[in-house]
This record gives sequence, structure tokens and C-alpha cells, in this order.
Amino acid sequence: MKRIVRQLAFYVAVVALWQLICELRIWPPYLFPSPLSVLASLQMGFSDRTFLIGMGISLKRIALGYGLSVLLGIVLGFLIATSEFLEATLGGVVLSLQSLPSLCWLPLAVLWFGLTEKAIVFVVVMGSLLAVTINTQIGMRHVPKIYLMAGRNLGAHGLRLFVHVLLPASLPHLVAGLKQGWAFAWRSLISGEMLFVSLGLGHLLMMGRDLNDMSQVLAVMALIMAIGHLVDRLVFERLENGIRQKWGLAGAA
Amino acid sequence: MPEPLQASNQPKGKLRLSGVSRSFPTPRGTLVALENINLEVSEGEFLCIVGPSGCGKSTLLNLMAGLDQPTSGEIWMDGRRIKGPGTDRLVIFQELGLFPWLTVQENVEFGLRMQGLPKQERRARSQQYLRLVHLSGFETSYVHQLSGGMKQRVALARSLVTEPDVLLMDEPFAALDAQTRDLLHEELARLWAETGKTIVFVTHNVREAVRLGGRVILLTFRPGRIKSQFIITLPRPRHLEDPELALTAREVLAQLKEEINKAVEAEYSHEENR
Repeated sequence: MKRIVRQLAFYVAVVALWQLICELRIWPPYLFPSPLSVLASLQMGFSDRTFLIGMGISLKRIALGYGLSVLLGIVLGFLIATSEFLEATLGGVVLSLQSLPSLCWLPLAVLWFGLTEKAIVFVVVMGSLLAVTINTQIGMRHVPKIYLMAGRNLGAHGLRLFVHVLLPASLPHLVAGLKQGWAFAWRSLISGEMLFVSLGLGHLLMMGRDLNDMSQVLAVMALIMAIGHLVDRLVFERLENGIRQKWGLAGAA
Repeated sequence: MPEPLQASNQPKGKLRLSGVSRSFPTPRGTLVALENINLEVSEGEFLCIVGPSGCGKSTLLNLMAGLDQPTSGEIWMDGRRIKGPGTDRLVIFQELGLFPWLTVQENVEFGLRMQGLPKQERRARSQQYLRLVHLSGFETSYVHQLSGGMKQRVALARSLVTEPDVLLMDEPFAALDAQTRDLLHEELARLWAETGKTIVFVTHNVREAVRLGGRVILLTFRPGRIKSQFIITLPRPRHLEDPELALTAREVLAQLKEEINKAVEAEYSHEENR
């Protein structure tokens, strides 16, 4: 409770300071809008449904792109973790690819797929796939051998050993990868959307720029942050906490 | 050759090892962990295997479990060659290997789930075995919430619930305090009497072996061979403080000491060679 009060006080202070600077009229309002005008933009965007549509489109894209990354990343991570050959070959490629900003894939994606949904989903996948892969690989590599022995001993083989032992045993690492992958996916999506006409939140951001509407730019930025933060809080923090509690790891809340 | 014919040629006995050797390649050359082990475990027997650390006790157990394959020799169970792990012989590992992502009950049900048993039946069986190891009421606990002794009992229940013919126990009580261990000795002896399972129990603790086993086998240090065996006829229930038990243990220990000395010497010469 005390924490919430403190957080609230902090945000109120920030907004008040912001408003105060606006009142001083150092910069013109079209370059430095007041909190109230940003709020008005938000309200406007929601009431004429442009923000809702933009959010819908972005969320649909990320669901597809991120979903694909998770599936592919877990499979790829598993293969690299279990095969020495793949580890020696693909493992290095994965590491070097991860240093590539996902936007670098955009020109390639546009040439391959044209200005389509496929291109943007491709960029999202390339942005988050490797984080999921690497963390899956690390997770599976770190699974204590005893769990596998116990699993085999109790009659788990092949796919069942994977589903019932290897996968849950590597979950602590895996969730870290999923979380990181989500953050990368979200960033890739927004930057991708900014660079080509495509509706979506990134596009709304650029539209604000084109219309010289700083309030809208800030409103959309706030939305992007809010969604990123909410998913992190509601999905990943809960997942991590659940695992910590079950496993009895330090720092369980 | 058809299997049944082979089987009929085998003498009776639950578990039979003939000429079993296991060696491992190491950077210093081949390490012979076990050499020419011939051993027969009869149905319902409580066999303890003792030896100095590094004598291949655990290797021997893993071979019986089918988790490892002998370099040469054969292992038979109920007249059939053992080629891999099977749910008719379950290992209780020293580290237990309980799954931290499952509750106590889910851990106990794991083997049944792998066998594809329906949920209701799994539940009934796990309840029964949790009662047997005195853990009713802890169904929904997670492993990290239990004490060392309770974890041991979960591991016991998890293995017993699938009703294996043979339990293979690899120094399961080594990490416990003396009091808890004593308690678990009592429970294990009771479970053995109640269920009539065949138990092969590996330990480096001679008193433990003499207290639990009907027969104690002593392995030599590298390569592991059977040095001698002791038939323990002390009446049950046995207690660690029984003077006869201490006497028998001393007898076994005297022979074990020779092997421990060999192990220590090997360790020293290893140090000098560095």
C-alpha cells in the first residue's frame, strides 16, 4: 500500500512538473504539448476508434509474429541443445544473428514479401526468435541430468520425456527467454510499422509526425509503453513468480 | 534363439548378473569400474552392496536399472535380458531427482501417468502410497517445502506406486542426519516386510547395510569385484544399537578397511603423479 502511494505521488509530481513547464511557455505548445492536450488526444483517438483499430492491428501482428517465434525458438533451441553438430554450426550463427538489429531485416523482408503483413511479421519473428532460441538452449543445457534419469527410470521416453521432464525442467530459463523475446518482438513491430505504411501503432506515431501533432505522438508513445508494460506485468511477472514459488527459488514474492 | 528357450536355461533368481564388466575410457587410459561380477538376487531379497567410494557401486546399480550398458557380460531379470530401463525395476537415486515443478502428489503419480493410467486411478494409488510412507496431508506441497527425510519418503512412494518388482537404491540416505536416517531405516524395513519387494541397496555405510540387508556384498576397489559376501541372519526388527549388529558390522568393516586403504593409496599416488 505504501509502495502504491509512493508511486502515485511520483507520477503526480512528474505530470505537475510537466504542466508547470508548459505554463512557462518556453517552447510553443505544438512542440511541447501539455499533459492535458495529450490526454485530450488519447480521448479523441479512442472515441473515433483510430487508436483501437491501431492497437488491434498491432496486437494481431505481434500475436502472430511472437507466437511463431516462441514455437520455432523452442524447437530450434531444443535441437541446438541436444545436438553437438548443430551446436557447433547453428549455435554460432544464432549468436551472431542476435547482434543484428531486427530492422536490418526490413529491406530484405520488403523485397521478399512486398509491403505486406508477411513482411512485418517476418521482422517481428527475426527480432524475437533468437532470444527465445538462445534461452531455450541454455535452459535445456542446464537441466540437471538427474531429472532426465529419473524421468527415464519412471518410464518417460522420447516426446514424453521432452514434454513432461525436459521442458518443465528448463522453464525458469525458458520464461526469461520468452520475456526477452516479447520485449524484442514488441520493439521490432513498432519500428517496423513506423517505416512502412501499415496502420498499427507505429504508423499512428508517424502520422502524428506528418500532421505536426505532437500530442498524438506522445499519446501513441504512452500507449506503446503501456501495452509493453502491462504484458510484462500481467503475463511474465506472474509466470516468473509462479515458477519461483513452486520451485522455492530465492526472491519469491 | 527364441527367448523362452534361453530363459529356461537360466537358473532361478529375480536378477542375475553373469560376467558383468564395465569400463570407461578416460584420458589416462581405460578405467575398469567393474570386473567379472557374478551375482544372483532372489525374489524378495534385501541385498546390500558396500564398498569404498569409487568402487563402482553406483555403476553396478545403473547397469541393473538398464540406465547403463555393461561392456561385457549379461544381466537377466526374470529370465529376460535387460537391454534398457524398465518400470519393473526402479532406481531411487542419491539425489532423488524429485521434480520441483510438480506437487508431492504429482511427483508420486508421475510413473503412473507415463503408463497412461486414468486420473482417478492415479489419485487412488498415490493416496494409498502416500499413506504408506506417512505423508498424507502433504499432497499439494512442493518439493522444496519438505524436509530431507520427507523428500526421501516421497521418492520411495514415487517408486513404490508403480509397483516395481525390484527397487534399486543408490545411497539414498547418505545426506541425512543420523536421527532421520534411523527413522527411515525403520520405515524401509517395514515397507520391505509389507510389500515383499526385492531390494538392492547400495551404501558405503556398513552398519546401515547390516541393519537392513539379508545379505551384504563387499566390492573391492578398482576394479570392482565381489570380495566377499555375508549372510545376515540377525532377527528383525533390528536396531543400530544391537550388540550383535555391531559385532557383525565390525566383521564386515574389517574387510572393507583393506579396500578403503587401497583407495586412499591410489588417491595419494595419483596426487604424486601429478
